[in-house]
Amino acid sequence: MKKSESTGKKSKERKLKLKIMPVAVALAFIVLWQLAVDIFDIEAFILPGPVNILRSLYKERELLLSHALVTLGEAFAGFGIAVVAGICFGLLMGFCEPVRIALYPIFVVSQTIPLIVLAPLFAVWFGFGFLPKVIIIVLVCFFPIAVTFAQDLLKVDEDMDFMLRVMGAGRWKSFVLARIPKALPGLFSGLKIAATYSIMGAVISEWVGAKKGLGIFMTRAMTSFRTAALFADVVLIVVLSLGLYKLIELIEKKIINHADI
Amino acid sequence: MDCKIRITGLNMDYTGSEEGESSLRVLSDVNLEVFENEFVSLLGPSGCGKSTLLRLIAGLEHDYEGEILLGGINPRHKRVPVCYMLQKDCLMPWRSMLSNVLLPIEIKKGDLKKAREEIKPLVQEFGLSGFENYRPRQLSGGMRQRAALLRTYLMDGEIMLLDEPFGSLDEITRMQMQDWLISVWEKHRKTVLFVTHDIDEAIYLSDRVVVLSDRPGTVNGVVQIDFERPRKRDMILTPQFSEYKKDILSLLASFPAW
Ligand SMILES: Nc1ncnc2c1ncn2[C@@H]1O[C@H](COP(=O)(O)OP(=O)(O)OP(=O)(O)O)[C@@H](O)[C@H]1O
Ligand SMILES: [Mg+2]
Repeated sequence: MKKSESTGKKSKERKLKLKIMPVAVALAFIVLWQLAVDIFDIEAFILPGPVNILRSLYKERELLLSHALVTLGEAFAGFGIAVVAGICFGLLMGFCEPVRIALYPIFVVSQTIPLIVLAPLFAVWFGFGFLPKVIIIVLVCFFPIAVTFAQDLLKVDEDMDFMLRVMGAGRWKSFVLARIPKALPGLFSGLKIAATYSIMGAVISEWVGAKKGLGIFMTRAMTSFRTAALFADVVLIVVLSLGLYKLIELIEKKIINHADI
Repeated sequence: MDCKIRITGLNMDYTGSEEGESSLRVLSDVNLEVFENEFVSLLGPSGCGKSTLLRLIAGLEHDYEGEILLGGINPRHKRVPVCYMLQKDCLMPWRSMLSNVLLPIEIKKGDLKKAREEIKPLVQEFGLSGFENYRPRQLSGGMRQRAALLRTYLMDGEIMLLDEPFGSLDEITRMQMQDWLISVWEKHRKTVLFVTHDIDEAIYLSDRVVVLSDRPGTVNGVVQIDFERPRKRDMILTPQFSEYKKDILSLLASFPAW
């Protein structure tokens, strides 16, 4: 008993250490950055210091927020559609061999088309509004979801299959009872990747042209040499991506217990 | 007495997955009969095709020559429900012990609520009460095995096929499980075909021990075990037990002439 208690304590300490170490390194980096900017007197339009960036973040907060809401709206819409479509196609490819054989290579090849090339094309077709952004986000997010899910669905545990068949379960029943639960961790790792892609996809598609959004804010800040504002924008993008990632992680923890897979 | 399992002239090859690869003969001219309420052990060296034979009887593979009849029905043509326990326990790690055990009823679309009440005494008897909501990983090896056995018991079939259910357990747990299985079986009586490569286990539990040869597996001989029931541990120490053991060992050593 005593032993397990002490090891439990140790593992807790270790976990804390694992969390603190990267934060400490990041903080050290930020401090160094600020010092370097101050000591070498670097011009703010070339490299603003962290303090400067924070100040800019605060000063532009209302403008940034209104832009962020537009970007978030696009990201949510695109991600939402991609989740539904990705899960459907993942299931389809995992269950029907012919569908998988027909679609899988196409999906993989489609990933070699760089998103940045598509953005102007969609701008030509659909203008600078909401729709082309959503389409791009759907395209970026769909692939990791559908493919990671399908891959895990295709892993066969032959003995489990045998046992279920003896109990009289058909193909679909085995799929639902054994394959899907087993593939859920794969699905969630795809969802987490897609979540971070969604904000990035929105920003990149806004570069090409948009009325509002963090991407257009970024290009404006850049062309007017407001480098601190540009950094503030980047910080916000990072925070949003991380937030979305954490949200998915939270849902994952609610739904599956990883010790059980 | 009814013949529950009748196997005649069974040959089975595993064809290589790649073209041109030669096929592997796993079972060769197997003949076997198991009667109602009989406990028969299948004993043979590793890789001789014991698991394969059970898979064929369970109707999971149909690519063989010869005939298998289960209570007169050919499982090639019609699914015959059997209770089957694989070598691996195949418990689903994301389900609780109880919902794992109730899986056969869930699949049959039976009344789960009623079943949950009804199997309470069985859960008790299988030494699992109090652990209903535990996940498989939270159970000991012996308990996992018992849970898998209870699940097997709830598959409604008249024939029980058990593939080395205690193979993965340590000596002490295995002996406890044997004692427990034999007491449960002597009470409930079902037709059992029990695969093992533990000679003592086979003698202690069975009415008859069928000895298979090295691959390709064929029946080298059958040893009738005439110990009275209920079986007792100290039978292991009797000269008669050694006699049975000697018979089995000599059957294991006598490979069929080419
Ligand atoms: N799906 C398969 N495809 C090809 N060969 C197989 C397959 N399953 C089993 N075999 C081969 O058939 C032979 C018999 O296998 P089987 O699992 O029936 O042996 P076993 O008697 O149960 O052995 P053990 O006591 O180790 O469990 C082995 O040589 C094995 O390599
Ligand atoms: Mg085996």
